[in-house]
Amino acid sequence: MGATQEEGKMATEGGGCCLRPFSCEQGLLSRPDGSAAFLQGDTSVLVGLYGPAEVKVSKELPDRAALEVLLRPKVGLSGVIERSREQLLRRTCEAVVLGVLHPRTAITLVLQVLSDAGSLLSCCLNAACMGMLDAGLPLSSLFCGVTCAIDLNGVIVLDPTTQQEQEARAVLTFAIDSTEKKVLTATTKGSCSVVEMQQCLAAAQHAADTIFQFYRDSIQRRYSKS
Amino acid sequence: KENCRPDGRELGEFRATTVNIGSITTADGSALVKLGNTTVICGVKAELAAPAVDAANKGYIVPNVELPSLCSTRFRSGPPGEEAQAASQFIADVIENSQIIAKEDLCVANGKLAWVLYCDIICLDYDGNILDASAFALLAALKNVQLPSVTINEETGLSEVNLKQKNPLIIRKHPVATSFAIFDDTLLIVDPTAEEEDLATGTVTIVTDDEGRLCSVHKPGGSPLTGAKLQDCITRAVTRHKEVKKLIDKVIKSIKPK
Repeated sequence: MGATQEEGKMATEGGGCCLRPFSCEQGLLSRPDGSAAFLQGDTSVLVGLYGPAEVKVSKELPDRAALEVLLRPKVGLSGVIERSREQLLRRTCEAVVLGVLHPRTAITLVLQVLSDAGSLLSCCLNAACMGMLDAGLPLSSLFCGVTCAIDLNGVIVLDPTTQQEQEARAVLTFAIDSTEKKVLTATTKGSCSVVEMQQCLAAAQHAADTIFQFYRDSIQRRYSKS
Repeated sequence: KENCRPDGRELGEFRATTVNIGSITTADGSALVKLGNTTVICGVKAELAAPAVDAANKGYIVPNVELPSLCSTRFRSGPPGEEAQAASQFIADVIENSQIIAKEDLCVANGKLAWVLYCDIICLDYDGNILDASAFALLAALKNVQLPSVTINEETGLSEVNLKQKNPLIIRKHPVATSFAIFDDTLLIVDPTAEEEDLATGTVTIVTDDEGRLCSVHKPGGSPLTGAKLQDCITRAVTRHKEVKKLIDKVIKSIKPK
């Protein structure tokens, strides 16, 4: 299966409210059932998906597929932060995957961080979704990850770089679902007021449109070629 | 349907919260929190260490949440499982985000000596809502901590710890966590029990501090929520914050000074 590569951009709207150029490559690994590499600016994550496959009796669930997520950092061994992110990704994927269609099976997602230049969690979320699309898993909706940073002046910056994240007062990451733009996942770092959080959420939902359009375009191009 | 839960509570009602401070005499600070049946104990031990090279005027706070096999059949003994690690990371994030203690306050001598606070949070009885109980126990224990005064002897360069003269920690903010369980995208119930958590399709935890600012919105996947529903959760969390703050103040006042 040949690999396909797509690129997307979000038009500048003024203020920091635009995403870095992002691109995705699907089907690049031959052994996993689904694979994708998602690049957001200089941050890139590679995901490999296996499933639905044979499951160990101890882990099997009688009515749905058992989902497992493994996140490997670029350098070093997995620590507590990776476990916390794995739990987040797993519960996000469990909410969209129609696991009831494949009971007593296991779906495994393995994510490898290739480079981290800010907004890592949202890159992982996007990569996971593209990976699931590539594997052809039944999904109730798509999701995308958007990171917002509120800097010291109160300006909202979307898709911050590592520098912007460190200088920011608060960094919020949202996973937005594609059907009704509701919040699937939210996680924050630093403190912010309620109003600021709602503004970030609105900005993230707006940016999500671009990312979903990109998903649609890339899948369309892929299947119209073959 | 009747807006009532198996244990008779309303959808927005918390379980009876009790706090017991200073129960562990060997620890520098301790608190036992009971949220209904969920029992969590937090012990804080302070040790001295050299500060990190890049943060020479900062001490350390190291939280650790343990869910031993004692508290529930779902946990096996052995290395910490995913839930315990995720809870530890959550507590570490709450400490970091809310700036509950300024790490600069933990510094004794710039570049040479600083306090390390090891906060061990152990669950004794798991009946749901472990994050709220852990955050509350941590806050209560930190308020109870008495650090001995340390001076550096200029001649020998060694530190001298004076156990008779103790100072309480300066707690800057009071973060309080409020957890909700989501059912079927629409129903939100506060303070879920273990049974409700197992049946829920998602959970949300909101951590607010004194001024109504959000320290953390923790929604690890699960059913999607609209922005309006999230706002409802935040409003409820702010109310809860006031109740908890009143409770903590009452308990601190009731401890007789040694």
